[in-house]
Amino acid sequence: MSDNTNKTANTAGWRGALSGPLEAVRTHWDRAPGWERWAVYVLLIIGALFLPYEGLAPVMSPESAWSTILFYPIGIYVLLALGLNVVIGYAGMLDLGYVAFWAIGAYTMATMAVKHGIGFWPLLPCGIVLAAVSGVILGAPTLRLRGDYLAIVTLGFGEIVRKVAENTNWLGGTRGINNIPHPPSHEGVWFAGVDLFTYKIRDARPYYYLLVAVIVLVVIFSKRLEASRIGRSWTAIREDEDAAEIMGVPTFKFKLLSFATGAAIGGAAGVVFAAKTSYVAPANFPFLLSATILAAVVLGGAGNIPGVIVGAFLVAWLPERFRGLADYRDLAFGAILVAMMIFRPEGLIPSRQRKAEMAEGGGGMGHMGAEIDTSGSEAEVGSR
Amino acid sequence: MLHDFTSQFWANTVDGLTVGSIYALVALGYTMVYGVLRLINFAHSEIFMIGTFGGLTLIQVVGFDNGPYTGIALVGVLLACLVASMVASGGAALLLELVAYRPLRRKGASRLAALISAIGASLFLQELFATTVIPHFFGHGGGRDPIHVPDLMKKETLFSIGSGDVRNDKLLIFVAAIVMMIVLDRFVNASKLGRGIRATAQDPETAVLLGVNIDRVVVVTFVVGGLMAGAAGFFFALLYQQTMFNIGFILGIKAFTAAVLGGIGNLRGALVGGFTLGLIENYGGSIFGSEWKDVIAFTLLVVILLFRPTGILGESLQQARA
Repeated sequence: MSDNTNKTANTAGWRGALSGPLEAVRTHWDRAPGWERWAVYVLLIIGALFLPYEGLAPVMSPESAWSTILFYPIGIYVLLALGLNVVIGYAGMLDLGYVAFWAIGAYTMATMAVKHGIGFWPLLPCGIVLAAVSGVILGAPTLRLRGDYLAIVTLGFGEIVRKVAENTNWLGGTRGINNIPHPPSHEGVWFAGVDLFTYKIRDARPYYYLLVAVIVLVVIFSKRLEASRIGRSWTAIREDEDAAEIMGVPTFKFKLLSFATGAAIGGAAGVVFAAKTSYVAPANFPFLLSATILAAVVLGGAGNIPGVIVGAFLVAWLPERFRGLADYRDLAFGAILVAMMIFRPEGLIPSRQRKAEMAEGGGGMGHMGAEIDTSGSEAEVGSR
Repeated sequence: MLHDFTSQFWANTVDGLTVGSIYALVALGYTMVYGVLRLINFAHSEIFMIGTFGGLTLIQVVGFDNGPYTGIALVGVLLACLVASMVASGGAALLLELVAYRPLRRKGASRLAALISAIGASLFLQELFATTVIPHFFGHGGGRDPIHVPDLMKKETLFSIGSGDVRNDKLLIFVAAIVMMIVLDRFVNASKLGRGIRATAQDPETAVLLGVNIDRVVVVTFVVGGLMAGAAGFFFALLYQQTMFNIGFILGIKAFTAAVLGGIGNLRGALVGGFTLGLIENYGGSIFGSEWKDVIAFTLLVVILLFRPTGILGESLQQARA
């Protein structure tokens, strides 16, 4: 174990300061027995349940209500980042219009609940399915294309969804839709001073717990997917799509599946969001948010769930904690994205496999300009 | 609906060709970088945005704000602002190449990494203008508000075709865009550097073996694309007399659509694509209402990619004849 750590520290140079201990934890984790892993999982969930504790509020968020911040942006960003991670981290496709699926989920909740009086629980699966279907509709024509075309088309799609919401009176136009009903309450189930299933306007904590439940389900779902045949196909597609196709992986089908899965998670986040805020408008879904979620995934480490969660938490929490810097938030995100790609493309807490791919220069969509890098090794030349 | 289309046909044609010229000039940058590096230069839209501020800098610093001008003075002021815009954008494109792309190329990084780096650069430039450049240098407290660009020329109708009034500024933009395209076409097809660009687009390895300095070719490609985007930025400011920190965002996607429409990697395709997109968008706007213009343009992008991803002309920079 110590051998491994030393080697990493040496090869990584100054970055070893972070990678060294991280790798040690990693190696330990890989060899940890089942009971230890379960203990950690349970501790993490308990930690999440006690996160809204009032004593933390002055430290974590002195300027705004801590439990509100925990729901949005932190919780929602984590959920969205987990969804985008399926598309970017697993299948290696760049989706720049990801908020569109979030918007579709939110608008499903808004229109159906306000106009037809349908409740939150039936609408949750509806929003998920509708977002997944729109993912398929967008993906079907575009996923046959090269990755960077996909990026631009998804960007266009994000704008189409926003513009349609702005221009359609039935969807409330630019004013949006308000008075969206909260989920039905069941009073009297108390936990740590919170009436768990009482969804009212004041207390954000029940919504936060709802979100934690969704996040835990999504994490389990992603983990199982990653370990399945589907996950292995995604990895194969990410590393080399042509080779995957030749080896018999139906790449188009699996790319579409990844796109739809990511969209479905976005849709779930949308329904929960609309039910909490009781108000949605096109202005809630700008391109900047897609870029922010992308920054979260890349910063944390695409393809690695703990990394993605930490990345999303940092991206959501830091600007709320340091309000004075909020103006420069997106400026910093832009600079961070460039710097990360140059110095640490695998992210803060990378997936090991992903890191190895990045070191080889692969890891999605092939090399850029490797063929014209005069200092490049022979293996890289002509790999286009 | 259809009545609006027929009655406004010529007006929309004039508007479509004018805005199409701007799309075409920006599309050139996408197409050239794509031809050489196989990379969508996502931050190109911000290069355009910087171009709109280039001319404005000159107007504010030298004091060209007591227009409208006439005669020789007008020609001088227009030329000076055009050059300022082109220099600003060309310089920004050069910096972008050196800071955001070259280190990645050196490492042979993945295309995904390059694209994310480009998005980062794009976000950074937008926010740099919104938080710092606009409040400090353009004396505009709200960095996120639209900024008025003073009038340089008196806009008057020269002649009319049907319902379409051909205004002097629109004609100027159209003619200038075509002239720039011809100059660029000559540069790529007839100069030594242009030959290097085509060689690199065609086969980078062989180009290196035959002594083409690839780094220089890439820099020239970025700078030339930047110059064209700068010109487009100036024309945009002249036409709409307004600019903003995120003005490049929508226009960038549209210019990219134009590049794909004409056939990405194809210089003449950028011109064809720009005009086609400008016309379709304006005709479509007259039928469905102008608030649907953006939706029409982006839907068009999806449809082309679905049915003819090589675009109208299809032939690319690699296969361009010598």
